[in-house]
Amino acid sequence: MARAIPLQRRLFMTILAWAAGLLIFFPVLWTVLTSFKTELEAFSTPPKLFFFDWTLENYSIVQERSNYLRFASNSIILSVGSTLIALAFGIPAAWAMAFQPGKRTKDLLMWMLSTKMMPPVGALIPLYLGFRDMGLLDTRGGLIAVLFLINLPIVVWMLYTYFKEIPVDILEAARMDGASLWKELVFVLAPMAVPGIASTMLLNVILAWNEAFWTLNLSTSEAAPLTVFIASYSSPEGLFWAKLSAASTMAIAPILVLGWFAQRQLVRGLTFGAVK
Amino acid sequence: MTSMLKTAGLGVGLAMMLATGAMAETKLTIATVNNGDMIRMQGLTADFTAQNPDIKLEWVTLEENVLRQKVTTDIATKGGQFDVLTIGTYEVPIWAKKGWLVPLDNLDKDYDVDDLLPAIRGGLSMDGKLYAAPFYGESSMVMYRKDLFDKAGLKMPDAPTWTFIADAARKITDKSAETYGVCLRGKAGWGENMAFLSATANSFGARWFDEKWHAQFDQPEWKNTLDFYVKLMKDAGPPGASSNGFNENLALFNAGKCGMWIDATVAASFVTNPKDSKVADKVGFALAPDNGLGKRGNWLWAWSLAVPSGSKKTAEAQKFVAWATSKGYLNLVASKEGWANVPPGTRTSLYMNPEYAKVPFAKMTLDSINAADPVHPTVKPVPYVGVQFVAIPEFQGIGTSVGQIFSKALAGDISVDDALKQAQETTTREMTKAGYIK
Repeated sequence: MARAIPLQRRLFMTILAWAAGLLIFFPVLWTVLTSFKTELEAFSTPPKLFFFDWTLENYSIVQERSNYLRFASNSIILSVGSTLIALAFGIPAAWAMAFQPGKRTKDLLMWMLSTKMMPPVGALIPLYLGFRDMGLLDTRGGLIAVLFLINLPIVVWMLYTYFKEIPVDILEAARMDGASLWKELVFVLAPMAVPGIASTMLLNVILAWNEAFWTLNLSTSEAAPLTVFIASYSSPEGLFWAKLSAASTMAIAPILVLGWFAQRQLVRGLTFGAVK
Repeated sequence: MTSMLKTAGLGVGLAMMLATGAMAETKLTIATVNNGDMIRMQGLTADFTAQNPDIKLEWVTLEENVLRQKVTTDIATKGGQFDVLTIGTYEVPIWAKKGWLVPLDNLDKDYDVDDLLPAIRGGLSMDGKLYAAPFYGESSMVMYRKDLFDKAGLKMPDAPTWTFIADAARKITDKSAETYGVCLRGKAGWGENMAFLSATANSFGARWFDEKWHAQFDQPEWKNTLDFYVKLMKDAGPPGASSNGFNENLALFNAGKCGMWIDATVAASFVTNPKDSKVADKVGFALAPDNGLGKRGNWLWAWSLAVPSGSKKTAEAQKFVAWATSKGYLNLVASKEGWANVPPGTRTSLYMNPEYAKVPFAKMTLDSINAADPVHPTVKPVPYVGVQFVAIPEFQGIGTSVGQIFSKALAGDISVDDALKQAQETTTREMTKAGYIK
């Protein structure tokens, strides 16, 4: 250790970090707590934080009413499937843009990002008609295609910024040693970019997992993921907060666990290139 | 070789058998909202599938606004994702006119169409044809706390006036004890505060449009309505009322914080349920108030089942609709879950049933539904159908804009006069753009 940080300051920073963490985590914590309350307690004012009659009733109702496993397996297939395809297209594209930039590469990147700026509802009807005519409504294939396309710009952008951090000299050295393009990609670039690729992958799985507009509109039952499962627990007439919270907790649990295990990769990936 | 042929033949035969088996089974996809009666029906479908073993039911339950968006997209593009839709009284006349719904003219005699309550049936028909079958009907009424009324020395009449309601609300209010005289909707939305305010305005003699589709917010009747509502809520309403909708008020009432609540009749079964309500045994019911003008401030709504014209299984879908809205279904619910849980407000015969008459809110629900007239909703003549809404496609947008303006007036951000002026301008602009005003 080069220099000792005074205890006071360390304490202050720790408390600040914990406070910020709690603040960010609070909505999730509140959802989880609410899922163990009765409907009446979920609505009670002033709200009860920990001291209420804990009940598992909501979970048993949700289990009874919907086929959770079907929704969850669709969510996994859609998010992982669309992310893998996006990576298959994104890695070569980002490689080309990072190491062989053309005159219009910057414009191309901006243009790709601009597709994310349009409100999705603007494209709903044309896409819906296309899906109807191709028989893709309520199919996993159709939804994977849509999720892949809407997340592709983010994949390319993220990978592009990671690849930019890799010194081009290393790749040139590999080429001098006679490595083919394929070998260069697989044996030189990929190992160095693993944290970047991993965090891109994880972030995209999360984005696809949470995507609610297209999944709600283009699926009904066969391909419906967990977003549809959650939407079925909101009610215009009748108390639903506790049941909705139980459904939400069940829907975020798998991705939360995944995030927990991949934490190190994720942090490494997100700060990749920050310190040289 | 022969054995191979045999195996192949067996395989083909088996495949054919499986194929015919799969073909004989029809899958109906039913889009529905998440409310108690609908969820109960999902649990009782074994009765239907036992009668129709070749029909399989697939439920898609969604939140009301999501459902509306999804179903509208599907039906407008004839996507054919759904075979049975749950839609409200607002959509049925609009969609029937566009040819999006299949008329229900194959209902057999046992179904007894004439048994449907006339007010409800009228709202679901066009040119004498029924386009949707009512699953449950609702109106609005006053729910009040008998104990608080006794304490204040008040007696609720069966058919109160707005003056009585306002006086009683102010007397009951005790803000230090968090008891508020009256809880009313304030959350912006055509189906939230505007449902309540449009119905209330009817009893004050106000109307949305005159016979030539000119907005009427510049008329004294609307000023009276909004003035009355804003002042009453300021004196006797809960804090933050401008963000309260049905569910928020339900929670307040169930927690014992409201002296009165004027809202959907379907709430009666929630506030009297001891599991969810702290005041279950203290609730009384009365008709929605009036102002002596011959119209009461109660609305009319029915969640109904309809078959979209994009469906390829209309015969089976109609079979299901008939089952779900039949007399037999009402008896089935009664036998399994008791009469209080039968979907209310659809059939005359239900209200003739002596067993059902014992349910505390049965009579008040029927009287409220019968007191609503979607064709003549208010004192003066109108060019539209609908009590708490105007059955034109533009109303969702206009109603929500006006609802936001009125919600602001309730919160005290703008004055009542400004709110009415803005509402008049917005509505006139939208109606001119839509071509109603020439």
